Amino acid sequence: MLNEWFPNVKWDSMWEATMETLYMTAISVLATFILGAILGLLLFLTSKGNIWENAAINKIISAFVNIFRSIPFIILIVLLIPFTKLLLGTMIGEDAALPALIIGAAPFYARMVEIGLREIDKGVIEAAKSMGAKTSTIIWKVLLPESMPALVSGITVTAIALVGYTAMAGVIGAGGLGNLAYLEGFQRSRSDVTLMATVIILVIVFIIQFIGDIITTKLDKR
Amino acid sequence: MIYIKDVQKIFSSKKGQVKAVDDVNLEVKEGEIFGVIGYSGAGKSTLIRMLNGLELPTHGSVTVAGNEVSKIKGSKLRKARQEISMIFQHFNLLWSRTVRENIAFPLEIAGISRQERLKRVDELIKLVGLEGREDAYPSQLSGGQKQRVGIARALANNPKVLLCDEATSALDPQTTDSILELLVDINERLGLTIVLITHEMHVIRKICHRVAVMEGGRIVEIGPVLDVFRNPKAVITKRFVQQVTEPEETKETVDHLVDLYPKGKVVQLGFVGESAEQPLITNLIRNFQVTVNILQGKISQTQNGSYGTLFIHVDGEAEEVAKAIEFIHSQQVGVEVISNA
Repeated sequence: MLNEWFPNVKWDSMWEATMETLYMTAISVLATFILGAILGLLLFLTSKGNIWENAAINKIISAFVNIFRSIPFIILIVLLIPFTKLLLGTMIGEDAALPALIIGAAPFYARMVEIGLREIDKGVIEAAKSMGAKTSTIIWKVLLPESMPALVSGITVTAIALVGYTAMAGVIGAGGLGNLAYLEGFQRSRSDVTLMATVIILVIVFIIQFIGDIITTKLDKR
Repeated sequence: MIYIKDVQKIFSSKKGQVKAVDDVNLEVKEGEIFGVIGYSGAGKSTLIRMLNGLELPTHGSVTVAGNEVSKIKGSKLRKARQEISMIFQHFNLLWSRTVRENIAFPLEIAGISRQERLKRVDELIKLVGLEGREDAYPSQLSGGQKQRVGIARALANNPKVLLCDEATSALDPQTTDSILELLVDINERLGLTIVLITHEMHVIRKICHRVAVMEGGRIVEIGPVLDVFRNPKAVITKRFVQQVTEPEETKETVDHLVDLYPKGKVVQLGFVGESAEQPLITNLIRNFQVTVNILQGKISQTQNGSYGTLFIHVDGEAEEVAKAIEFIHSQQVGVEVISNA
């Protein structure tokens, strides 16, 4: 029946494209989580009244984050072509999409991390200090665990945005479902291929949201 | 144990400078429960936060348990802080950790091995009476239980000094009493020096040995709790003492009584320490031709003795009444004649 409704879909290439999309999403989510958490922590710690209060560094990171958050993703990919070529020697394929995906998403996530950290009760940080905790202890044992539900729900939203970004990256040659939908579906007027690619992307998004929600609820003991 | 010398703390803001703590000198002895009372904005919070270096004095020095907290930095300060622990008004527990894990946190900071941590945590849970709640999260506990976790956490590294920052202000009266009893118990059993700040005279009366009254960043009165209760000098101290010795409605009641007894005298007696235990009224009636009517009374217990007020109505021949009052004076009892009919 599937073959009747989707006559032009080649299931093996659809499967391959799905794997490419999942690969790009997984790697970029992981890197965004780490890079975004670092940037978010720096934004938080250097802000006024915090452990590493430093207006200059805070302004620099803040400007960097704001600039990369504001550039439309499709333009960011193009802008980053020289950088990607320098880094990977190519601008085609799923790996070539990664720098743009990470640089596009990490600043976005960094802001969410910062907001999550700001919601931590100042008193708890003070209590840790009063016990003689080092800054590293405060980061690992207070800041990160206490903001974890916000960090997870933030990375869920970011991951979903990243799935969308991978589709966009596909259009300029990164592979994946976006690439398939554009080349096989749109350019050859086979709308069933576009539809199938869309359905798979939707399923991926739903699964990400579902998993994110479960983890967030499980972590939140407040 | 604690020496605060010529301490001043100035906060500078855009609006100008604020002297939060001004020229404070203080000494707290080992094993003492020392209370600082004042209204909000009096500087008591800033003062207690200087004792563990959360706030640094602008001038002067703070020495706690042999460490000059106002001077040391880095790892030395962190080490010193393990001996000066603190409990908070809003408990400040980590919601992501269970009771057991919260209490283990300072032990993790001190680098104690896992096995020893578990052992110590079990002892502490018993000490503060939280058996059976070890694996609960803070959100599942009542306010009193949360503060017990806070106390257990504060005691984990066997500190020399415990600082209580409005530790009972968020609790209901009954829970407040149980937490205060726990603090006295800890003070007696472990010989721990306790410094607490509060705006409730009740807390001072119940557990403190000595008290300092703060207003506008300065200490306006300091002394043993009983002395301060017996003879409050500053206006603000009198107001605080009234909080516990006289119920709020006392003034109205007394006014009413004065109207009710147009003859004779309404007298307020103040008892302190041993004088509270003498049969004064009996002696009064036996020795003088007067009638005595007890109108209202209250006796409060402090750490160094009892303190009470009693309102009586004395009636009879003017001369006899005068003699009777003279007699009360000679009994080392505070006398204040409220009405002269």
